[in-house]
Amino acid sequence: MLRVFLTDDDEDDRLFFQESIESIDIETELVLFENGNELMSYLNADDAKLPHLIFLDLNMPIKNGLECLKEIKNSDKLKDLLIAIYSTSSSEKDIETTFVNGANIYINKPDNFNSLKTSIEKVLKINWQYHTSNLNRETFLFRI
Amino acid sequence: MKKVLISYDYSKTFASILKEKLDVLNVNYILVGNNEILFDEDLSKTLLDELESILKPYAISIIDDKNQALVERIKSVISHMLDDDQPIRCNTSDYLSQTLNYSYAYLSSVFSETTYTSIESFIILCKVDKAKELLLRSNLTLTEIAYRLKYSSVAHLSRQFKKTTGMTPSTFQQIIQKRKALINP
Repeated sequence: MLRVFLTDDDEDDRLFFQESIESIDIETELVLFENGNELMSYLNADDAKLPHLIFLDLNMPIKNGLECLKEIKNSDKLKDLLIAIYSTSSSEKDIETTFVNGANIYINKPDNFNSLKTSIEKVLKINWQYHTSNLNRETFLFRI
Repeated sequence: MKKVLISYDYSKTFASILKEKLDVLNVNYILVGNNEILFDEDLSKTLLDELESILKPYAISIIDDKNQALVERIKSVISHMLDDDQPIRCNTSDYLSQTLNYSYAYLSSVFSETTYTSIESFIILCKVDKAKELLLRSNLTLTEIAYRLKYSSVAHLSRQFKKTTGMTPSTFQQIIQKRKALINP
C-alpha cells in the first residue's frame, strides 16, 4: 500500500483530492496536513512513519511549499522522500524553481474531478514504479 | 415501508466473516491484523484452492507471491533487452513470451494487475529513464542516444520523452544542471 501525504491549506482542495485518490484502484493510505508547519513537525518527529510520496501545495501561509521542500531536501533523514508539487501556479519560474530545489513531480491543480483523478493516477503509477523497479531517483522528474 | 439504518465496525465484521469461513476448513490458524492468516502447517494445494473459493464471494482474495515473482522476471528480461549491446528485437511480446514460457496475454495481465502499469508503458518508462541517464552521464548527442536506444528517429525519442516526462530533453538537462550548481556552487 502506498502511503501518501497531502499538505494543502484549502479545505475544499483537500476534500477534492481525497475523493479523487479514493476513487483510484491503487490502494493508498492518505494523511492530510493543513499547512507546512504541521507537515514538518510530523516529519521531524523521531517516530514519524515516512510516506512514499508527499503532495505539496506551494501557496500556504506561515510556511509555504517551497520552504518545506528546501527543509526536506536539506535534511539527511528526509532528503530521499519523493515530492510532488501540487499547485495552481503554472508559472514557468515556479516550476523551474521547485524542480531545481529537488521536487520530483509538478502538477497543476486541475479544475475538475476527472482530470484530477487522471493526474493523481499517473503520479501514483510512476511513483509505484520508482519504488519497485530499478529506476534512477536522481533523474526522477515529471511534469504532469 | 420501513427504513432501518445500520452501523458496523469494518474490522470486526471482516474478522467474523473470516473466522466463520476458516473454521469450515478444520485447520488451526491465527488472524494477524487485518490481512494475514497464519496457519499451523503448510496448506495443500486443494485446501488453498478451497480457501480461495470460499473467500471469493466476499471479494477477499489471496495475494499470490508467484505473480510478484513473475513480474520481477519480466522486468529483468526487459532491462536485459534494453542493454546497449543487445540486438534489436523487433517484437518484444514474442521475445518475452518465448523467454518466460507464458503467453504474452498472460504475462501482460499479471504485470498490469501487480504493478498497475502495462508492460508497454513500463518499457517506455525504462527507455526514457535510460535516455535521461545518458543525457547526463555521457557526451552523446540526442541523435546518438536515439540510435543507442533503438528509436526509429531522434524525433520519435523527443516526442516520447516530452510525452512521458512533460518536458523536453533540453529543459530536463537545464534543470539538472541548475540543481547540481545549487548543491555544489
